[in-house]
Amino acid sequence: MEADTKTGTAQAVRRNKPRRRTAHIHIALIVICAVLCAPVVYALLGSTQNNSQLLNFRLSPGEFFGENLSVVWNDRDLWRYMLNSAVMSAIIATGKAITGILAGLAFVYFRFPGRSIVFVLVLVTLMMPTEVSILALFGIVDDLGMSDSLAGLTIPFLASATAAFLFRQHFANLPANLSEAAQLDGANPLQFLWRVLIPMSWNVTGALFVIQFLYGWNMYLWPLLSVSGSENQVVQVGLASLQAAGEGQSYGPLLMGALVASLPPVLVFLALQRPFMTGFALTRDK
Amino acid sequence: MPIYPLMPPLFAAVTLIGAFVGWTVWRNAGLSGRRGALIVAPAAFLGPFLTMVPLQSCTFEPERSGLDLGVGIAAFAAGAAVLTGATAWIGRALSKPGGWANLDDRAESGSFRGGAPAALALLLPTLAVLAVFLYWPLFETLRLSTQLTRRGNPIERFSCVDNYTELLGPSVEVWFVVPLAALLLVAVGAELARRADALGTGRLAPDLRRLRGWLTVLTVITGAASLFGPEYRSVFVTTMILTSATVLIGLAVGLGIALLVSQPIKGRAIYRTLLIWPFAVSPPIAGILFFVMFDPLTGIVGHLYEALTPWDMPNYRTDPVLARGLVILASVWKTLGFTILFYIAGLQNVSTNMLEAARLDGANAWQRLRFFIVPALTPITFFLVVTNVTYAFFEVFGTISYLTEGGPSGATVDAMFSVWQSAEWIGDGAARSLVLFVMVLAVTAWQFRATGRRVHYGG
Repeated sequence: MEADTKTGTAQAVRRNKPRRRTAHIHIALIVICAVLCAPVVYALLGSTQNNSQLLNFRLSPGEFFGENLSVVWNDRDLWRYMLNSAVMSAIIATGKAITGILAGLAFVYFRFPGRSIVFVLVLVTLMMPTEVSILALFGIVDDLGMSDSLAGLTIPFLASATAAFLFRQHFANLPANLSEAAQLDGANPLQFLWRVLIPMSWNVTGALFVIQFLYGWNMYLWPLLSVSGSENQVVQVGLASLQAAGEGQSYGPLLMGALVASLPPVLVFLALQRPFMTGFALTRDK
Repeated sequence: MPIYPLMPPLFAAVTLIGAFVGWTVWRNAGLSGRRGALIVAPAAFLGPFLTMVPLQSCTFEPERSGLDLGVGIAAFAAGAAVLTGATAWIGRALSKPGGWANLDDRAESGSFRGGAPAALALLLPTLAVLAVFLYWPLFETLRLSTQLTRRGNPIERFSCVDNYTELLGPSVEVWFVVPLAALLLVAVGAELARRADALGTGRLAPDLRRLRGWLTVLTVITGAASLFGPEYRSVFVTTMILTSATVLIGLAVGLGIALLVSQPIKGRAIYRTLLIWPFAVSPPIAGILFFVMFDPLTGIVGHLYEALTPWDMPNYRTDPVLARGLVILASVWKTLGFTILFYIAGLQNVSTNMLEAARLDGANAWQRLRFFIVPALTPITFFLVVTNVTYAFFEVFGTISYLTEGGPSGATVDAMFSVWQSAEWIGDGAARSLVLFVMVLAVTAWQFRATGRRVHYGG
């Protein structure tokens, strides 16, 4: 990938000889890109090598891609960690989207005494990161009998202030007469939600889903704390079993594992670059 | 709850302060100041019970040390502050014409009838999860922080505020000298700014005010560092170093790269993609990549370094400075893409006409950056500072965990990692968690202050 860019930009520079002023910018950017991509390029190379190739600092791909992949995927149970991560992230993302839509509906289309108190109680949780009370959370989840299980990994994260706030803002920006029209047609709130709001919210829902999927995928401290066996472990923590791989460390499989675990988020990023570029800053936390 | 001799004066003090707060808030809202005082003062009086009842006012027992007393007074004041704030906010809204309706934030014309029960049913999932898995753990953390207890052991012993005082241990020299000196500098800075304003030398005043701002931050940090005992001071200092270096280096380098890639050149889109995508990599995986690359024996970086220079690569697993540097490097690498992404978006909104005009007026590149581009980017810089601070507080844990495991000899144990390390002794871990929580609240407070004051003019 890197090599392609280099030749591509070199041609671009040559074609524009009169405007040579940009040449130094291209050189600077190529160097910067090379430095920033170096860790991953090195990991790509290392993941195809065995220990002796890696220790000899060979800078070309080795022949052990298949072997490393099979060691990591089958012998070291990476498939199970990946599956657990995927299921957990999907449940968290779906849960947050659903609870967020319901909360947004309540905040925007209902009036009730103390609405802003409830809203502040929800919003204040933005200042209460899960990490701050994570030991007590573990105690509570353990008491509820959910530790070391998919339930314990997901249920504490099925709702968040971010999701509620996002949908509240989105619904508040929709024309107010939508709900009036729906009421005149005799729709109840759930019909209004199903027929009008959800079809008008696919963008927001999609953005939230993707961000929360990545949030779940990259979650590390909570699974590290709450999951003890390897049965329910997720990939971010499971990689540690490759780091301490017994007799002499093998970095090839470790790098392979790191790359495979990064594949889903990187693919999502590449597929969704444009929406990322326009930025959904709001949805990033929690 | 027993009452000890020192407590009545404290109750009197918080009640008076509560009355004053009520009076001011109600007056500012155009309401009767006396009524405000009468409503808020009792709340301020009752507030300390929030913390003193669970603690059984143990910190005020006559045989307790000064440190216990200090923590006790802080807990006393915190309880008063929470209830005063809540009462002032809700009470003022209820006192205004309209009463309960004022707490119903916006008047919606198209609202569904069905009212409270239906709305609460819709809110139930969110509220239930937040209550059980965020609010309850926070209160449980507060409770646990006063217990001596081990994970998995049902026996808990009340230990007053010992878990906190074990983290503290002010030493005289640091305790007084550094914060005092910083405070003095702040005062001098303020005075100079005032004079500069009075003399009409307007050019100097903003710089001095900015300097004063930085000095205040420095005072708060050194003051906090001087409160802690040797063990937690190291944790605190590590947290501050990792956080400030990650944020400052990340933002400076990110802005530089964003400026480069925003130039009108061919292949911008490709550069952008190549620059931004590393942020999709998770913090633990950033740790793994740097762990392999910087391995003291087999790492490629050491190999290249030794091939290109006459020196040996120092071993980051024994060198504390290098270990911290490496954690910072890994975090900067991981967060850089996000920073670049937002700066590119921000630069698209900087008016090119204005920059052109500045250029025609003879402003050089540095002046254009300093006086036009950076101010216009303030809101984005601000957002990035907050997200990167949050990253450094919480997410760097994954990197540290794979890269250094807190070593060598605790040099990379930050606040979050120290919570994790004391997971076995939950009471101790809970106290550490709450110290971290106070740091989060401090950042949030700074955020509110700064959003109120500085960020708006940037647009």
